[in-house]
Amino acid sequence: MATDAKARIAHYLSGFFPVTDLKDDDDLFALGFVSSMFAMQLVTFVEHEFDVVVENEDLELDNFRSIGALEAFVGRKLAATAAS
Amino acid sequence: MNGLLTDDQRSALEEFRAFADAEIAPHADPAHRAQRTEPAVVKALADTGWMGLAIPAEYGGLGRDAVQLGLLAGELGRACSSIRSLLTVHTMVAHAIGRWGSREQRERWLPRLATGELTAALAVSEPGAGSDMAAVATALTREGEGWRLDGHKKWITYGETADLLLVVGRSAEGPTAVLVERGTPGLRTALITDLIGIRASMTADVWFDGCAVPGENLLGRPGLGVSHVAGAALDLGRYTVAWGSVGILDACLAASVDYAGRREAFGAPIKEHQLVRRMVSTMYADRQAARLLCLEAGRLRDARDPGALAAASTAKYFASTAAVRAASDTVQIHGANGCGPDYPAQRLLGDAKVMEVIEGSTQLHQTGLAEYAFQESARARRPHADAVTADAVRRDR
Repeated sequence: MATDAKARIAHYLSGFFPVTDLKDDDDLFALGFVSSMFAMQLVTFVEHEFDVVVENEDLELDNFRSIGALEAFVGRKLAATAAS
Repeated sequence: MNGLLTDDQRSALEEFRAFADAEIAPHADPAHRAQRTEPAVVKALADTGWMGLAIPAEYGGLGRDAVQLGLLAGELGRACSSIRSLLTVHTMVAHAIGRWGSREQRERWLPRLATGELTAALAVSEPGAGSDMAAVATALTREGEGWRLDGHKKWITYGETADLLLVVGRSAEGPTAVLVERGTPGLRTALITDLIGIRASMTADVWFDGCAVPGENLLGRPGLGVSHVAGAALDLGRYTVAWGSVGILDACLAASVDYAGRREAFGAPIKEHQLVRRMVSTMYADRQAARLLCLEAGRLRDARDPGALAAASTAKYFASTAAVRAASDTVQIHGANGCGPDYPAQRLLGDAKVMEVIEGSTQLHQTGLAEYAFQESARARRPHADAVTADAVRRDR
């Protein structure tokens, strides 16, 4: 599951970043290739791809900073959904 | 288009069309000349409940889908672009509150926005910050439990009359969004007149001189006022402006076909002249294409597909530029009558040009659409996630 989520996140992000191997801990916001609508694209992708709802309190930059951070965030959201 | 709509959407379209013809279109030219929207027209729209068409039912709205919202924007845009722009800015603010507001904020504001008891406007643009929203300079300073707001917003559609303003200012954390109520001490507005188009849109200068904003009026997190709050609002704004441009295309086509069939020159109705037919055929094809792009954007939006943002940008870019072409040709087909006040052609041309400027200029969309093209290409070159996952699973074994 974790590997699957990471692969799906990496595939989506590959459209934004002209680097062949985006590493799990590469800082997406420091790479400097994002457009003004990137933040909303990323939120919409996470919600659609993993069927979760991104709330205001989830908007910590650290949740969206890297592939690894996104994978961990999605994992927490899915676990919370399953527990509720 | 009817074949592409569900029964509910088709039925809604008929209602929207009948309302726009009866209640909005007759006011369009007088409002254009008077440069103001009569409150009775806003009340007529509010009485339908459609100010809250897309607001969730749990907050007093009708909870309709994005396609229906687009169809409404299209029909209002066909009748009067100023009223369509009221729907646009009102729904942008309601959407931002619904998307990033706390439960308390949603319960406080959305029911009154849904009924039209309150109207809302988006206050982001400044004399020195238009397309570059992150350059806003209006100051948001923490003061006790709340904020102090100082600055000047410009080109605020329905800013002269809105009861609630979604303002993006600059705090220590970066661009930050707050909700400001009319009547707040220090808030002042002034109507901007003699616009090229949407002349009845009550567009205003808005000044904030030491306005005290309660802490509970912060919308979203500090620093995310542009990227997330205005970003969400703008995405919806592009979508309804795209549909509004389809409405302008509809109006241009109807006016041109009618006039070309009645006006005679050189012994025949001008619709028999091939160069007139060329303008009408281009208008017709553009209208069909723009409508399909808008429908696709709506369908993706309803599916919560991340491609909806690119689709809305594509639709807005194409529909607004096509509307300018169509309106220009409508004036041309009408000849001198198109330049005067007795026909809607000159109003349509001014309104269409504004569509190319608002909610992201044509050039901003062109730049962004190229980026979407590069993104698609990059993903196509990379192995799909399924294949990546399969490889990983094999390795794990």
